[in-house]
Amino acid sequence: MTSVLAREVAPVELEIELDVPIPRRRPPWVLLLPGLLWLALFFLVPMITLASTSLQTGSLQTGYALTWTWSTYTDAWSTYGDQLVRSFLYAGSATVLALLIGYPLAYAIAFKAGRWRNLMLVLVIAPFFTSFLIRTLAWKIVLADQGWVVGALQWIGLLGENGRLLATPAAVVLGLTYNFLPFMVLPLYASLEKIDPRLLEAATDLYATPARAFWAVTWPLSIPGVVAGTLLTFIPAAGDYVNVQFLGNPGSQMIGNVIQSRFLTVLDYPVAAALSITVMLTVLVLVLSYVKRVGAKELL
Amino acid sequence: MIARTVRAARKHLVLAFGVLVLLYLFLPVFVVVAFSFNDPAGRFNFSWSGFTLDSWRDPCSVPGMCDSVLLSLQIGVIATLVATLLGTLLAFGLVRHSFRGRAGTSLLVFLPMATPEVVMGASLLTLFVNAGVATGFWTIVIAHILFTVSFVVVTVKARLAGFDSRLEEAAMDLYADEWQTFRRITLPLAAPGIFAGALLAFALSFDDFIITNFNSGNTITFPMYVWGAAQRGVPPEVNVIGTGMFLLALLLVGGAEVVRKARTGATTG
Repeated sequence: MTSVLAREVAPVELEIELDVPIPRRRPPWVLLLPGLLWLALFFLVPMITLASTSLQTGSLQTGYALTWTWSTYTDAWSTYGDQLVRSFLYAGSATVLALLIGYPLAYAIAFKAGRWRNLMLVLVIAPFFTSFLIRTLAWKIVLADQGWVVGALQWIGLLGENGRLLATPAAVVLGLTYNFLPFMVLPLYASLEKIDPRLLEAATDLYATPARAFWAVTWPLSIPGVVAGTLLTFIPAAGDYVNVQFLGNPGSQMIGNVIQSRFLTVLDYPVAAALSITVMLTVLVLVLSYVKRVGAKELL
Repeated sequence: MIARTVRAARKHLVLAFGVLVLLYLFLPVFVVVAFSFNDPAGRFNFSWSGFTLDSWRDPCSVPGMCDSVLLSLQIGVIATLVATLLGTLLAFGLVRHSFRGRAGTSLLVFLPMATPEVVMGASLLTLFVNAGVATGFWTIVIAHILFTVSFVVVTVKARLAGFDSRLEEAAMDLYADEWQTFRRITLPLAAPGIFAGALLAFALSFDDFIITNFNSGNTITFPMYVWGAAQRGVPPEVNVIGTGMFLLALLLVGGAEVVRKARTGATTG
């Protein structure tokens, strides 16, 4: 019975398959292959060479050999533990600050700007076009000891008589917050802009106060933007060394500074590689646990 | 009445705060522009000592700076072309097809964006050292293509996701072949996304410092030039370039907006 049915049905199925485009199971190699090859060759392979470098011993002159020297890691952690902790502390502070000032800005653009919306969006991105390094150098002028910012803070008593901003951790965090703020604002705006205003009207109709409407409707719906924005701020901030170089002091060095000088000046590749792998894995673990906690898995 | 004033105040409070944040974003830009007219007393352009147009008259008089700008432009153009091609193909593959391994492909595209730049720069350096490749122009190009591809994919994907596939079906129903449908329907509709992705890739490449720092060898891009100059004193001519790029970008954005307005006005009005 079934075999008869199968014989009867089979040709029909074949015809359907020819006519109706069904989702293809085979990957579209022509589209994917060039990009995937590039990513494999210049992202995955380098990660492997980086990991292998971190377990090698030797020097640039005598050559390196893979000796599986795990102690490079423990040595690097005990020597540069301060810089590691500091990096994540500074990056975390900058991310929180950027969220605190970026959220109202994104909210204002999405809901309050009216016909100025596009202009304000352009203004968020515009400073980008003055090079990152040049803008950070400009903060050096703004925060200088004789500058008006320090003067004003001394006048209202927030800074002591000889208090300063330049070459302090505060300046580094301020610089990090500044440099990555647009990465916070744009995803926030994108998720706020998608919110259906009728949902807010419904909340108001049901006698919610504006504050309650915000926490019950707007905030939960903006969570994907919050997650994307905090990640896009935190990740580059954690690995940055430009802000410390220009605005900090030797005591506020971050792990990026160590990796840069170990790789490019001291040429101590294994330690630099071990620190890079440490940063990479720490960031991955932090990001995954954070995303899991907030419950925005669809982002990945 | 009171409620209305309170509401108005609240509305403007958020807006006023937003404008303040924008001012914070622009504060260093104002400083950059102002100090491009400075006549610095010593090597360091850090304190105001007098107005001059000298730096604007001949910004290329500073040795090496304009060469570095040209080099950054070249690298930016090559990297953008390749990254836009690779990224657009990937985005089409990911959005238009369901296949086994799609999640893995998405993850591989996402990972470079979740990697701090130092790590990416360092890992590429170890690759080049291991392969015995001397770092320079082409290693910078390779690195820039790598870190901009993901951004192109994300931008083009966003555009393709909001795409009405019935338009393509309609074209096919009207006996357009696949190539005609792609050229006349799909490509024009995806073009804004591809263009935005390319623009983003160029901006990221032109301004990249950290990854370039690891893979540039003796090649000096504009950000590398600024980094080096920061140690020995940044000439005001650097601010001229910064200001010029800023104005150029504003002009481009403004021009695009005018064109867009004129077009929508022509079709609706």
